Amino acid sequence: MVSEIRDERVRSVSRLSRLLSRPELGAAAGTVLVFVFFAITAGSTGLFSAKGIVNFLEVSAQLGILAAPVALLMIAGEFDLSVGSMIGFAGILIAIPAVFWGWPIWLSLLFTFAVCGGIGALNGLAVVRTGLPSFIVTLGSLFMLRGLTLGLTRGISGRTQVSGVHELAQNDPLNSLFSGQVFTGLIAWLSDLGLIGKRADGMPSISGIPVSIVWWIALTLACTWLLTRSRFGNWIFAAGGEANAARNLGVPVARTKITLFVMTALAAALFAAVQVLVTGSADTLRGTQKEFEAIIAVVIGGTLLTGGYGSAIGAMFGALIFGVVQMGIFYTGIDTDWFKLFMGAMMVIAVLFNSYVRNRAMRSR
Amino acid sequence: MAEPYVELKSVSKYFGSVVALKDVSFDVCPGEVHCLLGDNGAGKSTLIKTLSGVYSPDEGEIRVQGKPTRFASPADTRDSGIATVYQDLALVPLMSVARNFFLGREPMRKFGPISQFDAEFANRTAYDEMSAMGIQLRDPEQPVGTLSGGERQCLAIARAVYFGAKVLILDEPTSALGVHQASVVLKLIVQSKARGIGVIFISHNVHHAYVVGDRFTLLKRGRSTGTYAKGEITRDQLLNLMAGGKELVDLEQELTKSARSGQA
Repeated sequence: MVSEIRDERVRSVSRLSRLLSRPELGAAAGTVLVFVFFAITAGSTGLFSAKGIVNFLEVSAQLGILAAPVALLMIAGEFDLSVGSMIGFAGILIAIPAVFWGWPIWLSLLFTFAVCGGIGALNGLAVVRTGLPSFIVTLGSLFMLRGLTLGLTRGISGRTQVSGVHELAQNDPLNSLFSGQVFTGLIAWLSDLGLIGKRADGMPSISGIPVSIVWWIALTLACTWLLTRSRFGNWIFAAGGEANAARNLGVPVARTKITLFVMTALAAALFAAVQVLVTGSADTLRGTQKEFEAIIAVVIGGTLLTGGYGSAIGAMFGALIFGVVQMGIFYTGIDTDWFKLFMGAMMVIAVLFNSYVRNRAMRSR
Repeated sequence: MAEPYVELKSVSKYFGSVVALKDVSFDVCPGEVHCLLGDNGAGKSTLIKTLSGVYSPDEGEIRVQGKPTRFASPADTRDSGIATVYQDLALVPLMSVARNFFLGREPMRKFGPISQFDAEFANRTAYDEMSAMGIQLRDPEQPVGTLSGGERQCLAIARAVYFGAKVLILDEPTSALGVHQASVVLKLIVQSKARGIGVIFISHNVHHAYVVGDRFTLLKRGRSTGTYAKGEITRDQLLNLMAGGKELVDLEQELTKSARSGQA
């Protein structure tokens, strides 16, 4: 009975119970719930038409660009509350040199990414060197960056808004990286097949996929690969799970954390680049509260506030829920004032659910 | 007996006016379990830290395979084959067994220009190394937090052995464990010994030490009260040599006395 001999190494853990202990589970289930809910209440309003889907995906994408690296940082056990202010600051850094000093857009973009990366490194260094909680250190940067943004903008332009970027960006080589549409040919073809509705003038209802959605998916995949398949990912989990043990085994915990602070700052700059080039203007108040929205998306995605556990895919689901709920409330005609109540409650439920899942995972199997 | 792998020769260590170690000699040979016994404050920790390269001795010398050596850092010590398994074990509870096994020394696999964590190799190796120590894992991807205390010790020891340890320093490995788990760890010590590894077993539990030890060194107030081979000393003599032995007898007498005066 050769076929009866079983290698004892064959894992006896069922696929189901393995799946049940994944951090993304709650967010995936929540996404399904939210989709079902709005399919019933807003199914006929156009939320799930091609146009509606692109609308909510665009909202999700912007948040998701932030949430993926924020998830990595939170798994490493740190917060970055400065990303919201960083968005406003980065927007101004792109717009002012371009509008007032005549820099080409590509140069002000590179300048912005460099400065934001540098500030991210300073955040990281301050956290690692002082040993203060990152919550406090980056709360400081949150206020400092917002103040700096306001002061600089008013000092240079006399106003709090800088517009006129559209005209300058039109022929810039980097413009299409951050604004505009991709897969326009594919969309036209799908529209000709009748899979995507047409407008009255015969054009497809959407002309393409906003490039921010591509950034979102690419960043999520990159962060997931980093987390689960790279050496750096192992260090992220270890830094957040048990920093002392990691240090004793030779893991460069400080360097890992500083790198992650640079990544969240760069994600904020990317967010700002997309926003400024799509809207054509920068405003000192841009990005307000985005730090909290990103944390909500990450937490809904199953990442523990205490670090050491979580996923970037989960953060993507969190951002998706955020977009669907925001646009769904808009489409159903519910007063949008209720949106924050809904998201806040959703987060608390997600945390309860996730801590249950985590305890399940940690229980002796 | 074989040549000692590592040897302390009349080592002294002072912290200001405090004499932490005075004129202590200690060594361990391959395939031997040398127990270091002593009460709290006897100097066990200082001795371990001197052996593992955290402190350098103020007097005396350390020899590795007969050659006088100065350890620059704990990493330097580890590179010369002396691994210390501290009580916290340096494990991350939320991470998988395999990832803990290779933490900081991840096996990588090349896929064209990118190299990524070789999860399959890590899982297989962690599983095999653990079963070589007599622990059957249910799943190398289960979180360390789901392991029992004995299994965690096994993981820490198997990891040290896999990465080339010739001498293991085990700091009170049984002190936080229940009876059954402690016996698992004692078996691990015997296993390591059978694989030709020299084990320095630090404990204040004579019962645990006597079961697996080949030689015993007692520390008292920073001084060695001597090294005894197993044949030269009984468990009771060892117990009496420990600080607790005499004091427990005194306490017993005192208690009987006060019980009597209570009745009167």
